[in-house]
Amino acid sequence: MSDILKMLAHRISLGLLTLFAVSLIIFLGVSLLPGDAAQSMLGQAATTETVEALRKQMGLDLPPHTRYLQWLGNILQGDFGVSIGNRREISELIGVRFANTLFLALFAAVIAVPLALTLGVLAALYRNSIYDRTVNVVTLSSISTPEFFVAYILILLVSVKAGMFPSLANISPDTPLFERLHKMFLPAVTLTLVVLAHMMRMTRAAIINLLASPYIEMATLKGMSRARVIVHHALPNAWAPIVNVIVLNLAYLIVGVVVVEVVFVYPGLGQLLVDSVQRRDLPVVQACCLIFAATYVLLNLIADILSIMTNPRLLHPK
Amino acid sequence: MNMPNSGDQSADALPPPERRSDSAFAIMWKEFLKAPFSAKFGFFVIFSYIFVAIFAPVIAPYGEAEIAGDQFELWSQQFLLGTDNLGRDMLTRIIYGARNTVGIALIITLFAFLVGGILGILAAVVGGWIDQLLSRTVDVLMAIPLLIFAMLLLTIFGTSVINMILIIGILDSTRVFRISRAVSLNVVVMDFIEAARLRGEGLGWITIREILPNIAPPLVAEFGLRFCFVFLTISALSFLGLGVQPPTADWGSMVRDTADLITFDDYTPLIPAAAIALLTIGVNFVVDWFLHKTSGLKDEH
Repeated sequence: MSDILKMLAHRISLGLLTLFAVSLIIFLGVSLLPGDAAQSMLGQAATTETVEALRKQMGLDLPPHTRYLQWLGNILQGDFGVSIGNRREISELIGVRFANTLFLALFAAVIAVPLALTLGVLAALYRNSIYDRTVNVVTLSSISTPEFFVAYILILLVSVKAGMFPSLANISPDTPLFERLHKMFLPAVTLTLVVLAHMMRMTRAAIINLLASPYIEMATLKGMSRARVIVHHALPNAWAPIVNVIVLNLAYLIVGVVVVEVVFVYPGLGQLLVDSVQRRDLPVVQACCLIFAATYVLLNLIADILSIMTNPRLLHPK
Repeated sequence: MNMPNSGDQSADALPPPERRSDSAFAIMWKEFLKAPFSAKFGFFVIFSYIFVAIFAPVIAPYGEAEIAGDQFELWSQQFLLGTDNLGRDMLTRIIYGARNTVGIALIITLFAFLVGGILGILAAVVGGWIDQLLSRTVDVLMAIPLLIFAMLLLTIFGTSVINMILIIGILDSTRVFRISRAVSLNVVVMDFIEAARLRGEGLGWITIREILPNIAPPLVAEFGLRFCFVFLTISALSFLGLGVQPPTADWGSMVRDTADLITFDDYTPLIPAAAIALLTIGVNFVVDWFLHKTSGLKDEH
């Protein structure tokens, strides 16, 4: 067991180090900018004294490393600073939107994960059949398709022509659950279609890789039934790659959400990010990027940890 | 060797190389004929896009940014695909889009391969602290999702085509670095590299004459995949209004400009989106076939 603990500790410390480095990059990137937040908040017309006063108030006159530590400390306490655009607390802007984004990603994952795993395993088991080849062509095509293409086709077919689901997912915090799910259906399906192909191909590759290993051939040659080979020999070793596929695609979902949120006017973090980039509202962009990046890094870390913890070779040391 | 030969003899000596190149072409053609339908379709798509991109001014009925009619005109004889939100001919802009969108994506991919490829091979050949430094930097840069990172940098440096080329190119070169370092590492340990080193060949010779020919096939396939990724990324950025800026005709921003039409049961916004999808699908089909050919996965056929 000490082996597995050592590996876990190594992974986790590496993940934390990455998070730290990511926060440093995002902080430094913004410091590169000519001028500073005080100047852009007050505009070009402001007198030097007022800019200086605001700089002092915001702590911009301090040396960079102090500012970084302060910034990081504040963020860890949930204080992301103030938006340049409307001077509101960023944590207020972000809170509900981040929850919305996670909810949308979760909705998509609930549809996509079981579907992708089933279809992927089937494609691996019936390799080179017509089914497998069709799946290969269809998934290749859907990987190549931009999210907004899928989204607008769905809007045209399901919303405009059939009138079954709304094309706007403009939910608010007091939208009842059923109506919320109804409005979120199209964005969730779009995300599902985007992520499904990746997941299926990864599942298929992982299973094929596994079925090619010598112990599977051995079990088959011993005369075991196919079901027993798969359940008792293949599956325990398949968990690690499958869990990996799922979590990596969840990380992918979190990023893919940006375009989909804009198409469906869904009030999530991605839309806030795009709006803020257009308005060049740096503190908000900084906060959004940090949250997206941190979620991404954490999900990748979870994928690593889970694949270590489900590896039978590590769970049963000699 | 042919130097001392007189004129008529060198004319005799000429045919063989020509015949050889002929047969190389014949081999390629034979391979192409044996390729599955999806790969042929992919080649057809790629060549027609190249044709349209080169002859855009000849084919297009109007000028790239010319306001030819009223806003949002319907499909008609005069405007085959209607007009956009400013009254510019959609068909013309789709044709010019082949030039701009595909051209920018190609420049970014080439830039990413130049930076990432050179650094990747360098890291593999030189090793030591240079390798460590480059690899750890790339690890951190790759920990941030590319689209999100690109948006942060575009906010800082401002949205323009040049900035986008530099930002996406450098961010994407991290992926090229990873693969070119990995494939070079497999080659660096070979005996012929050791022999070249002992002969006293320089870094440049070893990289270009010894390593590059051996890592070319996986890099060519990777080039196709990276092109698709870059193409989709800049289309997404342009769609979000953060990429190619008007009046340059670009497929991503064309979808954005005409998106409202979709709620009136109009297919127009789907056409530039389909143009994007079709090219990436074509390239992916070709790459898929190429990978099967070069990786020796015979059982997959």
